[in-house]
Amino acid sequence: MKIELNITKANMFEWARNYCFVLPAIAIFSVFYIYPFYEIFNLSLHEWNGISPNRVYIGFENFKELMQDEVWWSSLVHAGYITLIALTFQNTLAFALALACDREIKLKKFYRVVFFIPPVLSEVVVGLIWQWILHAGVQGGEQIGLLNRFLDKIGLHHMVNDWLSDPKTALTCIAVVHSWKGFGWGFIILLAGLQTIDKQLYEAARVDGATSWQSFRNVTVPMMVPVILVVVILTVLGSMQVFVLILSMVNQGLVFHTEVPVTRILVAMTGTNRFGYACAMGINFGVVLIMISLLFKIISSRMKQA
Amino acid sequence: MIQCNKYRLYSGAKNFGINVFLLSVAVTCLFPLFWMLRCSFMSLDTIFVDKSLIPPPLVFTNYITAWTKGNFGVYLLNSVIYTASVVVGIVIISSLAAYAFSRLEFPGRNFFFYMFVLALMIPLPGSFVPLVVMMNKIGLANTRIGYILCMINVGLSMSILILKTFFDKMPSDLEDAARIDGCGRLLIWWHVALPLARPAIAVIVIFNSLNVWNEFILAQLLLNDEALMPLQKGVMLFTNTNSVDYPVIMAGLVISVTPIILVYLAMQKHIIKGLTSGTVIGESC
Repeated sequence: MKIELNITKANMFEWARNYCFVLPAIAIFSVFYIYPFYEIFNLSLHEWNGISPNRVYIGFENFKELMQDEVWWSSLVHAGYITLIALTFQNTLAFALALACDREIKLKKFYRVVFFIPPVLSEVVVGLIWQWILHAGVQGGEQIGLLNRFLDKIGLHHMVNDWLSDPKTALTCIAVVHSWKGFGWGFIILLAGLQTIDKQLYEAARVDGATSWQSFRNVTVPMMVPVILVVVILTVLGSMQVFVLILSMVNQGLVFHTEVPVTRILVAMTGTNRFGYACAMGINFGVVLIMISLLFKIISSRMKQA
Repeated sequence: MIQCNKYRLYSGAKNFGINVFLLSVAVTCLFPLFWMLRCSFMSLDTIFVDKSLIPPPLVFTNYITAWTKGNFGVYLLNSVIYTASVVVGIVIISSLAAYAFSRLEFPGRNFFFYMFVLALMIPLPGSFVPLVVMMNKIGLANTRIGYILCMINVGLSMSILILKTFFDKMPSDLEDAARIDGCGRLLIWWHVALPLARPAIAVIVIFNSLNVWNEFILAQLLLNDEALMPLQKGVMLFTNTNSVDYPVIMAGLVISVTPIILVYLAMQKHIIKGLTSGTVIGESC
């Protein structure tokens, strides 16, 4: 059989007209995504201060230096700590709230609206409000910050603290505020997941004499595994990359206890003018994030098989 | 009988506990916002010492100071300009592309579509570094159009994916009818496909509006001229230069938060719908 090639003039014209539909998107995408994507790899192999016309090619020196950079690795640990708190505290809270709202309860709509208000706010706004609440100053013998004033009032003077400067508490405060801002996402997604579970399954479990714990353990949780995994991946990728919140909550100085990878990239770029090093950090961090999400992909496919 | 009462008591207590739990979390969500509002109505003399929940003399001058001296009027206008133009740009560009990916034929269709999908799945945390270098090189740094184009790119991939999924599920009968009536593909896209895709477009509009309104880092790196800054950068700038003037800072925060909260309250149904459809996409990836 003879295969007819359909590349006629009319056909070419047709394609060209169809290409016009995707052209604007591809043009913007090429200039603002693909080119920077290529350039980040290119720059990471150079030493460049951002201004000088000649970039010095240094091979993988930036990456070698990064391996030795203790501040960088501790910043990854900090991001991991924030993520851990977000995964446990924030997601448990979100799941508990979703379960509570899945039953017949008064003010259900009100809660749904209110819990999603913090995610709507910007990180700058959230950071500044909480910085003010956690303020550690004292004026005329009175605590300025709301939290310290409250602790002072109820007699817990020993708990009064400089929350955002103390290396012991700063990162935890950031993580808690991050969770405050973020739990609404998990809540809405998990609630939507809960509402898709067939109520007959609960009915069947009840008829079989299951207690409410057993029906939660054997009906709710297995049905929710895919949704929970989505929330977990979103939480991990979001929390690892948190940084605007940190910029607005603490003034980064010479102390490194609230540094996270993206603030390190920013410092390398705008502070010490080492653009190549900043790009190497970005690539290194990107690889870490891809490995984490692949890990979750593998776990989720294993769970689907089981 | 006693058994029954005991059960009722138990479930009553359980319901009470659940309500207390939900209510306390709701208060935790709202209280910081209330505190911001309260502090924005105080003066520098009272803000550090007054302990009452609602301070008796409400001071409105903070808002005037923020609006004029703090430049918040300009920032607000800029944020509105950026948000509106980016969202309009994304809706037009992404719906054109998604329509072509779903309905029209041309070589490399799948290749280009998966290019956009892939961009969603690869996190590139430091991408702002080469982006800013490029913007400086081509002279688009510190311009409105440069920032708008960058932000269109940020929302493009997700919007194309959402719209393409929507068009794929949408029956093409109406488009066929329009074609038989002699409509060209551009007219079909505008008169048939776009109006039918309204639910998906609502989702795109809301999420991109939130995203652009709240964006900070690109504004921080690209826009140095105070006349071009959006609210998020303006608030940070003001805080860094007037770090003790908390009443005015809080007034500035109220100005920057109010529009987005009003939009949210007006459109919150679509947000929930969008999040759930986003989950479906996340699962299928």
